[in-house]
Amino acid sequence: MSEPLRFRGGGFVTRPKPISSCLAGLAVVAIWQAVASAGWVSPVFLPSPAGIARALAEMALSGQLWRHLAASLQRILLGFALGSAAGLAFGLALGLLSHARAAGLPIVSALFPIPKIALLPLFILWFGIGEPSKVATIALGVFFPMAIATYSGVDQVPRTLIRMAQSFDVPTHAVVAKVILPGALPGILSGVRISASIALILVVAAEMIGAEFGVGAFILTAGNLMRTEDLLAGVCLLSILGLAVGFLVSLAERRLLAWR
Amino acid sequence: MAPVRLIVERVSHGYGALEVLDDISLTVEEGEILAIIGPSGCGKSTLLGILGGLLKPSKGRVLTDGSAPEGSLNPITYIFQDFALLPWRSVAGNVAFALEHRRLGAREREARIDEVLAKIGLRDFASALPRQLSGGMRQRVGIARALAVRPAILLLDEPLSALDAQTREILIEEFLALWLAHRTTAVYVTHNLDEALRLADRVCVLSRRPGRIREMVAVDVGRQDRTPARLAPLRERLWRSIQDEARAADREYV
Repeated sequence: MSEPLRFRGGGFVTRPKPISSCLAGLAVVAIWQAVASAGWVSPVFLPSPAGIARALAEMALSGQLWRHLAASLQRILLGFALGSAAGLAFGLALGLLSHARAAGLPIVSALFPIPKIALLPLFILWFGIGEPSKVATIALGVFFPMAIATYSGVDQVPRTLIRMAQSFDVPTHAVVAKVILPGALPGILSGVRISASIALILVVAAEMIGAEFGVGAFILTAGNLMRTEDLLAGVCLLSILGLAVGFLVSLAERRLLAWR
Repeated sequence: MAPVRLIVERVSHGYGALEVLDDISLTVEEGEILAIIGPSGCGKSTLLGILGGLLKPSKGRVLTDGSAPEGSLNPITYIFQDFALLPWRSVAGNVAFALEHRRLGAREREARIDEVLAKIGLRDFASALPRQLSGGMRQRVGIARALAVRPAILLLDEPLSALDAQTREILIEEFLALWLAHRTTAVYVTHNLDEALRLADRVCVLSRRPGRIREMVAVDVGRQDRTPARLAPLRERLWRSIQDEARAADREYV
């Protein structure tokens, strides 16, 4: 007697469902708006999405948005550039030189877990309340994850590629430039992703401690004045900023790691 | 072209307390292929690393005798088991890598790359990335890269181990044809008896760790006559020589 074979595979695979993604987002905003419009919650505690959008538009039109955004971006870019350049160089040394690794790795491991914002008061003592203390906090926050990501990226370069280069008498500097750095690039870029989000956290925290302009300062002021719509408009701005940074890193990964 | 001899004098090697090679002496004659076989972990790859100057032996020394062929840029050149291609470089870029730090004009470099790619049948794949290629094609890139520097001595570290049986068969034929055109002195490390018997002039059998030379067997069958039937007696003899060791090595902690 024959019977059809029972199918027992399938499942455990997720597929992209763009319509569900859009609907979920719209539903959250719609419910939020409905709750706010119905007047169940005071707008001071939970402003409506429409109100937040209006606040954002007003900020953009009055030029406030650009002023705050420019101040934050400038701090992020400067801190990130300084911290990541130093982290890259240090991580490379940790990955390549036995003495640097022996001396540096315990220090890096000990200092890495410190929330860098805790050092801002010290930096204010050293550098004053102005820009340098904020930039230094961001740079330090970026330095450690970049150093560790670079170091482990270097460690993950297959030894056989290095041996191959040596077997063709490729000089040491070229082994570093043409084998180790490109091989460590996936690790370095994931370090960039992590440290960019750390930079975003630190800039907001630093601006809340003492700044006239900047998204963090704007949010704090709005909160003090109970202007919740402005406060959440600032939060939206941060969300957009974070997404933009993530998008840029993904773009870089697609361009630079196309060989994977 | 002047092939080169490679002389190994009383080479021993260990990693700390672990003895890997014990008192190896042998000579790779001009223009011969010497196969080195032995159970896994017998130090074959260590020996090859020492032969190419990538590892410093604890004892003994390695000498070369003779002059490299004209235009040789890297007298002792490896072909690797895992191909060792730079994944971010194209086929042509990987071959170029071996030539970039040499006194070689851009035009001659391009000419050499083109020549070896044509010779190996990779010209249509010059701009492909390694991940787009099959294992056989990747190893062809490894071979092209080695030929581009015009080596005096080729060191092959289980070059076909990562390939499937059919591809291996095809590449043996191709490698043999290329080798017959150049007659480069070669050391071919493998654990595959058939590969050794198809290619080599002599087969050096290493013992289990610490590796010693157990036997040196001349393959006294002309290369054009190496059918399975003709090689059977030699294969039988080699297998008898290594099977106990291979069984014991298989049951060892690594």
